[in-house]
Amino acid sequence: MIRSRRPVAGAVLALLALLLLLDIAGGATPNPYRAPPLFALGSGQAASGGHCAAVPGR
Amino acid sequence: MTAWALDEARPRTGLSRATVVVLLTAAVGATALLAGARFGLLLLIGLGFGIALEGLRFGFAGPWRAQILRREPAGLVAQLLAIGLVALAAFPLIAQNPGELVGAHAPVGVAMIGGAFVFGLCMQLVLGCGSGTLVNAGSGNAVSALALPFFAVGSFAGAYHLDWWIGLGSAPTVTAAGLFGPTGGLIATLAALAAVALFVLARAAPENRRLPRRLWIAAAAVAGLALLNLVVAGQPWGVVYGLGLWAAKGAQALGADLSGSAFWSAPGAVERVRRSILTDVTSLTNIGIIAGAFAVAVWRGGLGADRARLPATAWIAAAVAGLLMGYSSRLAFGCNVGAYFSGISTGSLHGWAWFAAAFAGSMLGVRLRPKLGLEGRS
Repeated sequence: MIRSRRPVAGAVLALLALLLLLDIAGGATPNPYRAPPLFALGSGQAASGGHCAAVPGR
Repeated sequence: MTAWALDEARPRTGLSRATVVVLLTAAVGATALLAGARFGLLLLIGLGFGIALEGLRFGFAGPWRAQILRREPAGLVAQLLAIGLVALAAFPLIAQNPGELVGAHAPVGVAMIGGAFVFGLCMQLVLGCGSGTLVNAGSGNAVSALALPFFAVGSFAGAYHLDWWIGLGSAPTVTAAGLFGPTGGLIATLAALAAVALFVLARAAPENRRLPRRLWIAAAAVAGLALLNLVVAGQPWGVVYGLGLWAAKGAQALGADLSGSAFWSAPGAVERVRRSILTDVTSLTNIGIIAGAFAVAVWRGGLGADRARLPATAWIAAAVAGLLMGYSSRLAFGCNVGAYFSGISTGSLHGWAWFAAAFAGSMLGVRLRPKLGLEGRS
C-alpha cells in the first residue's frame, strides 16, 4: 500500500501533462498571434470564456 | 531545533524548492509564448490561488465541517470576508463595464437547489470542494486524486443533461444589482454577508470568535486573486467548467457524438472543445491551483508525510462522491467557487440559494463520512 503522498502527487501532475500532450496531439494548437488583449477590462471585447454559471446555449 | 536540523528532518521530495520555482516560471512563460500573455497570466493567477489556498490553509469544506460539528466559525467568516471584499470591487466594475465583464449569474431552480444539496453532502464525504479537490490532489491526497477524474466525468455528464434538468422548473435569473441597482445591490449583499457572519459568531464560544491572522491574510489574498481573475478573464473565478471540458475533449477523442446535448452543441462550447486547453480560462486556473498546491507541499516537505489507511468502501465512496460532485455542480450552476464564492460576490441570487442548500447537504455529509470509513484509521 502506498504510504507517501509523493507518488500520488506525481501521478496527478503526470496525468495533467498527458492531458496537455493529448490536447496538442489532437490538433488543438493555440495561436499567440490571435490571442486576446492581456486584460478583458478595457479591451472592448465581450467576455466569451466558459463558466459553470453559464446556461445551455450561451 | 536549528535550521539545519529542520532541513534534515524534512522528508525528501525528490525536487528542490529552486527546481519547482524554475519549472513553474517556465510553465507560465511557455503558456504566454504559445497561447498569449492573457493565458500565461491566468495560469499565474491559478498558481496564486493554489499557493494561497494550500499555503494559508484557506478552504471551504473543512470550515463548514468545523462550523457544523464544533461551532467554530473562523474559516466560514473568512470565506464571507473574502466574498465581501470581492463584491466591493466587482459590483461597480461589472456595472461600469457591461459585456467586457460578466458576473456568475444563473437562475434558481429545482435542480439547482437539489444539485447544491448533493454537492454539499459529497464535499463533506471527500472533505474537498471544487477548489479543495484540486488543492488536495496537487498536494498528494489520494482520496482527492481518485475523486478528481470522476469529478471531471461527472461535470461533463451533468452539463450534457443540464437542459433536461432545467426543464424541471427554473425561475428567471435574479441579481442584487437588478433588484436594487449596483450600489443598493452591493449594500444588500454586504449586509447579508455581515448578518450571516454575526449569526455564526454569536453562536460560537467566546474563545472561537477571533479570526487568526492567517485567515485575514488568506481572505485578502484570495479576494485579490479573484478580482484579478475577473479583470483579466472578463468572468469570475470558476472551477467546474474546465473539468467538464477536459472530459468532453476526452469523450470526443474517443468518438463520442456531443451533438445530442444542448450544452455541448452550443456554438461557444463546440469552439471551446475544439480549441486548446491553454486558451480556456478555468482550465488554466485549475491547472495552476493543482501546481501551486504541489509547490507548497514541496516547499514544506509535506509530500513525504504518511497518509491514513482507508478501507475499500472509503475508496468506492470517494469515486462515487467525485462523480456526484461533478454532476451536481453542473445542475447547481457551479460549485463552492463558481456559485457560492463568485455567485454571491457578483450579486447572483443563485449563490445564496447554493449556500443554503449546500450547507444543508453538508450537515448530512459530515454524519455520513465516518459511516463510509472515510475518517481513516491509524
